[in-house]
Amino acid sequence: MHLQLDRVSKVFGEGRSSKLVLEDISFEILPGEFVALVGSSGSGKSTVMRLVAGLERPSAGAVLVDGRPVRGPGSDRGMVFQKYSLYPWLTAAENVAFGMELQGRGRPEIRERTAYFLEVVGLAGSASLYPRQLSGGMQQRVAIARALAAEPQLLLLDEPFGALDLQIRESMQEFLYQLWQRTGLAALLITHDLEEAMLLAQRLHILAPRPGRIVRTISLASERSDLAHLRVSPQFLELREDLARTLRSLDGALGA
Amino acid sequence: MSARSQPRLLRALLHPWSLGVAGVLAVVIVWTLVSASGTVDKLFLPSPAAVWAAGQQQAAEGLLWSDIRASVSRVGAGFALSALVALPLGIAMGANRVICRLLEPLLALIRYMPAPAFIPLLIIYFGLGELPKVLLIFIGTLFFNTLMIMDAVKFVPSELVETALTLGGRRDQVLVRVITPCIIPQVIDAYRINMASAWNLVIVAELVAATEGLGKRISLAQRFLRTDEIFLGLIVIGLIGLLIDLSFRLLLRRTCTWAV
Ligand SMILES: Nc1ncnc2c1ncn2[C@@H]1O[C@H](COP(=O)(O)OP(=O)(O)OP(=O)(O)O)[C@@H](O)[C@H]1O
Ligand SMILES: [Mg+2]
Repeated sequence: MHLQLDRVSKVFGEGRSSKLVLEDISFEILPGEFVALVGSSGSGKSTVMRLVAGLERPSAGAVLVDGRPVRGPGSDRGMVFQKYSLYPWLTAAENVAFGMELQGRGRPEIRERTAYFLEVVGLAGSASLYPRQLSGGMQQRVAIARALAAEPQLLLLDEPFGALDLQIRESMQEFLYQLWQRTGLAALLITHDLEEAMLLAQRLHILAPRPGRIVRTISLASERSDLAHLRVSPQFLELREDLARTLRSLDGALGA
Repeated sequence: MSARSQPRLLRALLHPWSLGVAGVLAVVIVWTLVSASGTVDKLFLPSPAAVWAAGQQQAAEGLLWSDIRASVSRVGAGFALSALVALPLGIAMGANRVICRLLEPLLALIRYMPAPAFIPLLIIYFGLGELPKVLLIFIGTLFFNTLMIMDAVKFVPSELVETALTLGGRRDQVLVRVITPCIIPQVIDAYRINMASAWNLVIVAELVAATEGLGKRISLAQRFLRTDEIFLGLIVIGLIGLLIDLSFRLLLRRTCTWAV
């Protein structure tokens, strides 16, 4: 799938209380590409994601999938939400199967794919557990498996690891990277964690707040065999510091 | 003192129900003492033994059972009807803004009309049979049931709905597969709470017009100054209400393990 955002703006509210949240956002994601969007809290990251998912309409500009404007949500764009969004009355396996059931797939196929994707996220042993019996990291992995099982062409990840502690976060990043390499899916990752974005994405956009707009775009080297190694390599750290400075200056401008 | 027996006693005392049972026992003991002391006229305060005897007599005559059956089946019919109508209506109002804006003011208005005030009208329309009593319970609980279900729908986390949409779900699938299962615990709880008013209403209806039923028995007892039978009626009404409440709680705990 080829996703294009063409000078997208988003205004919430009407009249006096209206608020420009996004201004002239343009970027694209080619098939199989991993793109990240980094910005501070409230810069409109989730709003970009919701526009792509079709949960919101742009106030101006266009969101295009393969050249056609997005009219609403669809299973070609799978989404993993910032907050845990598993169905608490369904087991891990039933959650994974849920999307496929909505799509009306056959039972044997659903059973097979559910087992496969639970295996992919490393939770085959937890198939019959309910969300409240799972840790935060496990819940988010089930949510990823559920999105993947519905066979999207683009995976939308809204700070999927934001609520996890550092260690689990790193292993989840590793997991996501391998998953992406294995499936060849296109992905849009939203995060306020620079390191995360730099480790995973091929291209990275920095979003400035109030109103949200893209102020810097960086292409990242696609050669990374070892994330743990990359994290501490001098080049990586240097670029990270540079980008951190950009982000800080944006927040600083805000304070001034 | 043995080291084993004490924790067991302690555990029994710490059981969540033990204080409640103690409270009930205390009232019964005070009641027994006061009525035994003879300071209060037997006509006003029958002894527990007298109430028990009245109960045994009514049970032997079969009156107690037919009264319970009459009252319970009226509540059952009226409330089942109300629950059946309220569920789709509440979901529709919670999920659809147009339906909500259309009906909410109307329901909010009717909700403030006391259901017993409908009794005279119902008697004029439908006479003294079963129908007006069943309808009274229906009217008296429909609006509360509906509004509580509507609220439950409005509080379904939007992520759950939106996840279904991004998985390729249609609106009707969201209604059936996300919203409905999500609100079941609140629906059961709404039914449990409103069942109490249904149970109150049937007694009121029977006080006004009935040939049998727990409320009818009480109003007959009043005519013959049988306070022991009034006490009996009140206690039976309370016990059945408690039983209904507990069964709803049990149902909730059994069916919605994920929510409790
Ligand atoms: N439905 C809405 N109505 C009105 N304002 C909204 C709505 N959704 C978002 N906003 C506003 O848009 C701005 C950006 O919100 P958004 O959730 O996209 O930010 P974010 O970058 O995802 O923040 P965070 O990192 O905290 O998740 C916020 O100021 C928010 O108040
Ligand atoms: Mg957000």
